Amino acid sequence: MDTNIETHARLEKLEGIGCSRKRREDPRFIQGKGNYVDDIKLPGMLSGVMVRSPYAHAKIVSIDTSKAKAHPGVHAVLTAEDLKPLKLHWMPTLAGDVQAVLADGRVSFQNQEVAFVVADDRYTAADAADLVEVEYEELPAVVDPFKALAPDAPVIRPDLDGKNVGAHGARKHHNHIFNWQIGDKDKTDRAFANAEVTVKQDMLYPRVHPCPLETCGSVANYDAIRGDLTVWITSQAPHVVRTVVGLLSSIPESKIRIISPDIGGGFGNKVGVYPGYVCAIVASIVLGRPVKWIESRSENLTTTAFARDYWMTGELAADKNGKIRALRVNVTADHGAFDACADPTKWPAGMFHVCTGSYDIANAHVSVDGVYTNKFPGGVAYRCSFRVTEAVYLIERMIDVLAQRLDIDKAEIRRRNFIQAEQFPYLSPLGLEFDSGNYAPALERVLEAVDYKALRAEQAALRADPNAPTLMGIGITTFTEIVGAGPSKNCDILGIGMFDSCEIRVHPDGSAIARMGSISQGQGHQTTYAQIIASEAGIAASQIAVEEGDTSTAPYGLGTYGSRSTPVAGAATARAARKIREKARKIAAHLLEVAPDDLEFDLDQFKVKGDPARGKTMKEIAWAAYNNVPEGMEMGLEAVDYYDPPNFTFPFGAYVCVLDITKKTGETKVRRFYALDDCGTRINPMIIEGQIHGGLTEGFAVAMGQELPYDEQGNVLGGTLMDYFLPTSQETPHWETDFTVTPSPHHPIGAKGVAESPHVGSIPCFSSAMVDAFAHLGTTHFNMPYNSFRVWQHAKSLGLTA
Amino acid sequence: MIPRPFEYHAPSALPDVIALLDKYGDEAKLLAGGHSLLPMMKLRFAGPAHVIDLRKVASLKGIALEGGEIRIGAMTTENELIFSALVAEHVPLLVEAARQIADPQVRYKGTIGGDISHGDPGNDHPAVMLALDAAFVLAGAGGERVVQAADFFLGTFETAMAPGEVMTQIRIPVPGPGTGAAYAKLKRKTGDYATAAAAVVLRMKDGTCAAARIGLTNVGPTALNAHDAAQALLGTAVDEAAIAQAAAKAMAICEPAADLRGDEEYKTAMAGQMVERALRLALSRVK
Repeated sequence: MDTNIETHARLEKLEGIGCSRKRREDPRFIQGKGNYVDDIKLPGMLSGVMVRSPYAHAKIVSIDTSKAKAHPGVHAVLTAEDLKPLKLHWMPTLAGDVQAVLADGRVSFQNQEVAFVVADDRYTAADAADLVEVEYEELPAVVDPFKALAPDAPVIRPDLDGKNVGAHGARKHHNHIFNWQIGDKDKTDRAFANAEVTVKQDMLYPRVHPCPLETCGSVANYDAIRGDLTVWITSQAPHVVRTVVGLLSSIPESKIRIISPDIGGGFGNKVGVYPGYVCAIVASIVLGRPVKWIESRSENLTTTAFARDYWMTGELAADKNGKIRALRVNVTADHGAFDACADPTKWPAGMFHVCTGSYDIANAHVSVDGVYTNKFPGGVAYRCSFRVTEAVYLIERMIDVLAQRLDIDKAEIRRRNFIQAEQFPYLSPLGLEFDSGNYAPALERVLEAVDYKALRAEQAALRADPNAPTLMGIGITTFTEIVGAGPSKNCDILGIGMFDSCEIRVHPDGSAIARMGSISQGQGHQTTYAQIIASEAGIAASQIAVEEGDTSTAPYGLGTYGSRSTPVAGAATARAARKIREKARKIAAHLLEVAPDDLEFDLDQFKVKGDPARGKTMKEIAWAAYNNVPEGMEMGLEAVDYYDPPNFTFPFGAYVCVLDITKKTGETKVRRFYALDDCGTRINPMIIEGQIHGGLTEGFAVAMGQELPYDEQGNVLGGTLMDYFLPTSQETPHWETDFTVTPSPHHPIGAKGVAESPHVGSIPCFSSAMVDAFAHLGTTHFNMPYNSFRVWQHAKSLGLTA
Repeated sequence: MIPRPFEYHAPSALPDVIALLDKYGDEAKLLAGGHSLLPMMKLRFAGPAHVIDLRKVASLKGIALEGGEIRIGAMTTENELIFSALVAEHVPLLVEAARQIADPQVRYKGTIGGDISHGDPGNDHPAVMLALDAAFVLAGAGGERVVQAADFFLGTFETAMAPGEVMTQIRIPVPGPGTGAAYAKLKRKTGDYATAAAAVVLRMKDGTCAAARIGLTNVGPTALNAHDAAQALLGTAVDEAAIAQAAAKAMAICEPAADLRGDEEYKTAMAGQMVERALRLALSRVK
């Protein structure tokens, strides 16, 4: 009994895996003591402001900077002409394209960077930016990717004239970027030709933006005496930024220090390298003073890393009983004026080929065409950097469409097509190996929780009443995510494999510091990585400092996006901690004068097998590591691990959404949203819950209101928070969460990653519910966002608003 | 994001405000709360050389019941309206409307006088003032004058306020017995302007409508006085047929501008829906 109590106390003190430990980040954040890029203030620091194009497409006839330069307090005004001698007027993107740092004779999207004004402070710089005189000759703009592919469409990228082969193969048109295909086309076409039933649906995943609370920004400080460049930057991948800056500047990476301090949300918006960063660095080198550049909210919403803009056509071939035989997908992907995605080199549509979803589909073929338009570049974000959101949306919508065609219940058709638990590891027809899953029980659990049968009965009664003022929609998704990019055999950024890393040093007093190649933007890494180490190496989480984001101290890693921290850096952390434990075992054996194999690890100590009274705590071992180690062993207690994952991880979930829609106004209320997530081993249930709430809320935002539409002239609409839908607590529905645990078989602790699942899974669930509300009237799909206006328009088209 | 340079003035007496207005003329703007003016300045859509902040002028504050009217100092904030027992008792419509303006933080700064005198068709108070048959006290170098709400709103950012004038007070006749009122607002989210909104004041006598006033928000170049719609209710029991007719008449005067909230058709239809919603609510509140 006493032993149990004592063990329990030790376990509680460890705060290891499975503990809902409070976030270590929060005390500083909620007290306003965070340290964000805009909090960095250096002696002599100057501020830069961008001059941006009002036109979506125009030739630049002339730029006159003389008035701006003459403005008191102005130190420099950079244009492409100034960057040309340094060969920095263009820069490589992470997608194999190039992007203008400052417009080189032409602008190809509204708000494109034209000049960079550096002054004593931001106010002076803004005043001087108004004095930069740019003469434009407007050109016709094209904002529709299909029109961009018309034979006589305006040439968006004359710099690519004559380049018929891009980074991802042949270009078939002057505005075409790539065609990427995967799967067996012939087999798939044959399955369609022989199918009893086929369905086809066009759908748009609109252009949206993650809109993190903190916009992008940087402070560059070049020390001409030392020849060192330090850049504080809002980056989700500081090590990659260091490599890019090294490539661009020819400064060796050893002389470049990139620091990502506290980051106020990233969601993919902070993966890329932006013109503002480059300009701040150049200005600092030229002027010999620190230069800060911080985006305004509208600059953020209209210039840096949009998400999606995928025009998809899905087709399913099936038997009459709903068993799917084949999936065919054609995508026209609007990448904007420069291809600035950040997908693995091999896969220009990221992991879109997870689009067979949770279903056992024998044949599949996918074709994606990337297209230039006069819109801002990106395609990285959000809350899923690798087109998984789009893929999951497609298959979840398509299976609903098939269910409607066959008049099979939307839950039932999923049951008939699930990959069965015993089929894992499951090789998909598009070449991915799904590591583990258990889909059917998850769905049944959710259906029972919401009393699905009763909901359908209520809906049927409502549909039978022609005078009912409301419609009711029930949405279902049973999605599978792919995260944890990724195995270096498939995944790289700029040729660097997508491994990640952890370095742990245990101090003489038994406390420790751990440094990772990833970087938290709100995920709570300081809290959860310490829990992994606590469980694996027996050091209390409260005694472990976790540091990330400084390339001069942290080991190289590819950063945090695509839910890769837990699957990759978390694995490195577990493995580094195990190396610590194994060295500790040898030291303990030495101290106890027994063989290492005679010891067993017990929470926070090693005990002699069969003689549990004899043992050494990790604290005692840590001290000994610095004064009394076995002969031939190095002193100290440190470990580092670079982890190249053998596979991706495949979290999954089952969600149900119930909507009530007022016919005459289009107002929509989320009555219920029940989300069951399976992310494998759960490290910190409270943080998982928070991540799921955040992901669901962002999913709600995308489905119900977010959009960045363009008018015909190429003006971006809705680029302020007056229009761009950021839900407050008032609009946000109540979330009900649940979970099952299906560990990843290849991850050291079985964890899969979770932050993106709720976003990826919830958006098609809202669509499923919205379409379901109108399904009895023949609707199979209509496009997001489901703001009242659009919902009303759809209701009106069906005669429901009169 | 960053406004153009300007000179800031914060006088504490009304005559000083008027003197500054006289001195700087077109170059001056009054700052009453700042939640319309400052964003426009930060976006550089507006660039006044002189900003005259009214927050230190004590005589522009306060709420009182006088001569059968609720009299509200123009610099009274939205939250002061919301928290006022006097307003809640005599003009609950004002509380209901103020609670739907922007968000709680903005409501600590935004003022009723600023909201009205800005002349923005998206602001909520103008339609409410039309429905309440309010009057505004305007002070200038030539003295004071009182203008009825029905004569005040002339166009987008255009009011009956003459150059050099300051709105000092809002006067609302206390509605008599048998009155019910409501403000129905459709918006995309907290903090948004109305897609469409309707303010309604009804007086019922012996089961029929004896008086009615209806104001519409954000469905025209200015707040709209839906006079015909209100007239259509007189003598009716405000039953569903009368409500539908009033809504149709209100829709007939709408000329909204299309934006991301909706096109003309949707906004007009929503004006009708908000009139219906407000009328039903107002009727249920008659006492």
